Amino acid sequence: MGEACVADAFGQFMIMKKYFFLLAVLVLGIALTGTGCKKTAEETAADGKVIKVGEFASLTGKEAAFGQSSHKGTLLAVDDINASGGVLGKNINLVYEDNQSKPGESATIVRKLISRDKVVAVLGEVASGRSLEAAPICQDNKIPMISPSSTNPKVTAVGDYIFRVCFTDPFQGKLLANFAKNSLKANRVAMLTDVAAPYSVGLAGFFREPFTANGGTLVAEQKFSSGDKDFKAQLTAIKAANPEAIFVPGYYTEAALITQQARQLGITVPLFGGDGWEAPELLQIGGSAMEGTYYSTHYSAEDTAPAVQEFVKKFRAKFGGETPDAMAALGYDSAMVLADAMKRAGTTEEPKLRDAIAATKDYVGVTGKTTLDAERNATKGAVIITIKDGKFKYVETINP
Amino acid sequence: MTEFLQQLINGLSLGAIYALIALGYTMVYGVLRFINFAHSDIFMIGAFAGYYLSKHFPRESMGGGLIVLAGAMIICALLGIIIERLAYRPLRDRSKLNVLITAIGMSLLLENAGQFFFGANPKAFPVLFPVMTIKLGAVVLSSNQMAVFIVTIVVLVGLRFIVMRTKIGTAMRAVSFNPVAASLVGINNDIVISFTFGLGSALAAAGGILYSLNYQAIDPLMGILPGMKAFVAAVLGGIGNIPGAALGGLLLGVIETFFNGSRWSTYTDAIAFTLLILILLFRPAGLLGKAQVEKV
Repeated sequence: MGEACVADAFGQFMIMKKYFFLLAVLVLGIALTGTGCKKTAEETAADGKVIKVGEFASLTGKEAAFGQSSHKGTLLAVDDINASGGVLGKNINLVYEDNQSKPGESATIVRKLISRDKVVAVLGEVASGRSLEAAPICQDNKIPMISPSSTNPKVTAVGDYIFRVCFTDPFQGKLLANFAKNSLKANRVAMLTDVAAPYSVGLAGFFREPFTANGGTLVAEQKFSSGDKDFKAQLTAIKAANPEAIFVPGYYTEAALITQQARQLGITVPLFGGDGWEAPELLQIGGSAMEGTYYSTHYSAEDTAPAVQEFVKKFRAKFGGETPDAMAALGYDSAMVLADAMKRAGTTEEPKLRDAIAATKDYVGVTGKTTLDAERNATKGAVIITIKDGKFKYVETINP
Repeated sequence: MTEFLQQLINGLSLGAIYALIALGYTMVYGVLRFINFAHSDIFMIGAFAGYYLSKHFPRESMGGGLIVLAGAMIICALLGIIIERLAYRPLRDRSKLNVLITAIGMSLLLENAGQFFFGANPKAFPVLFPVMTIKLGAVVLSSNQMAVFIVTIVVLVGLRFIVMRTKIGTAMRAVSFNPVAASLVGINNDIVISFTFGLGSALAAAGGILYSLNYQAIDPLMGILPGMKAFVAAVLGGIGNIPGAALGGLLLGVIETFFNGSRWSTYTDAIAFTLLILILLFRPAGLLGKAQVEKV
């Protein structure tokens, strides 16, 4: 215990310098952690003059492609609404926040949107898992929430304030089961499910039932967790089961890696998935391995309907020539359906706004006619897309 | 039988990458007796260094690929040395807990700085080496998996040589055995420790690039899970023991792969960490480690 006594002033100074350095590192770390999660729309207009609508989206992180597309569609819709005079004589102000594609963030963000920003309605999310986090909070606060593209049935089952403008997984699962049987002529299908994503587990279940009821056999059911990179073990087991097609009800990052590794292992049968595959990253990560794979989704930019072409034109003009995908189209429709309901309700008060949204009937949007049923789900058709010569190609439209 | 052989190859190639990362953990532990938690993030920086370097060199060529690999290893070696110099050396004489917490802080700093500078979205890792598929009957082996085996074997033999036969290796063993005595006989501990960090970080970079060649999506948080697994591998084999880290890595990779290919694939990560708990309970020194009596 001798050192303490001999510590002179210089030593003290050196120690402080060391602490100062550590502190600097710490502060820098905190500063870097803080950035990237706080982005709200400019709030120029005073309260009362605008209608605040909240949006939570995965603008960064694993499913950023979804969040960005959906968010751009919503932004375009808000621009269109405000350009044509707004609703109820007021402009719509979109307050949006990023949940970094992480579990747990959405609940915090939506709580903040409701209690601090006082939004009248909430738009979001693409991933069913994160919509399920936000839904109970919106329901408890009696704030309507419209999910643009969460397809898991549990989302709207949370309560009477939760809506969606897309089809649901029971419909998508049945459609994919028919597609596998009739178009791919596959009776023996293997399935690779993401057990950490409610979307994937749900869709897998809704595929299994109609597929096996129609005489198909699921020869292998393998599992993985979101974020996994190595699927060779599962794929080797699938290869041994000798399927005629492989169903991957997951999101695009994993779907691309799975397809790649399947081809590396010498599996040549077609792979197919649901709307979780819809992102340009599917081709960027998967590359040439993606050739000849299929997925179902909500809309195709190649559709010749005037509403679609008008939307594609406006979207390209606003976002530097980018072609909108299905998430963008649904992001657009979700805001449009909300604005339409506000106009019909004549107010943003509850429960009148909620009732007006629930009464949405034959609203013509970019993704077809939207009618909300008693379960607050939209019933609409789906399209099948394939990948050919490194591009997404429209195959067919299937109506319910 | 084919399935079994294929799974074995899959498992060994995954395990070889765990082994490469585990070597870095084990070397730093061997010399300094602390776990460098930032190691898994150096692995990530290695992958990103490869990603950015590959833009300036020809793709799918042996030469270009090797330059990128060497470049990323040098960048990470320097980063490892700088981190040790700035964050760990000032704390060397303090309690081990301080350094451990600093290492966790450094790990978070690298992860969040990575998200800030590289972006949080997954990026597609380029194809560095020419890709071939080798078929042995129905068993398929890709050239990337081959590259993993070759690099791991070369690294193991090289490390064994450095540690046992060179002057700096002898110095490393001396510092590990007794740092005070080592400095008394004229070894510069700072240089030995910097060398250890540089070498370990270069191995992490090699692991990062090999990992990304096999699983072509990279993001700033990609190091966390492989890093944890490699840590388990290092403890499994006996932390501080170089052949032990390699054995632990291969063993963990194979066990994980066999679980992943079975009905219990959901529990794969649970298996890895259950293994850690069991080892700590019944053989705390690891498979190849010697139990030491702590002298007080």
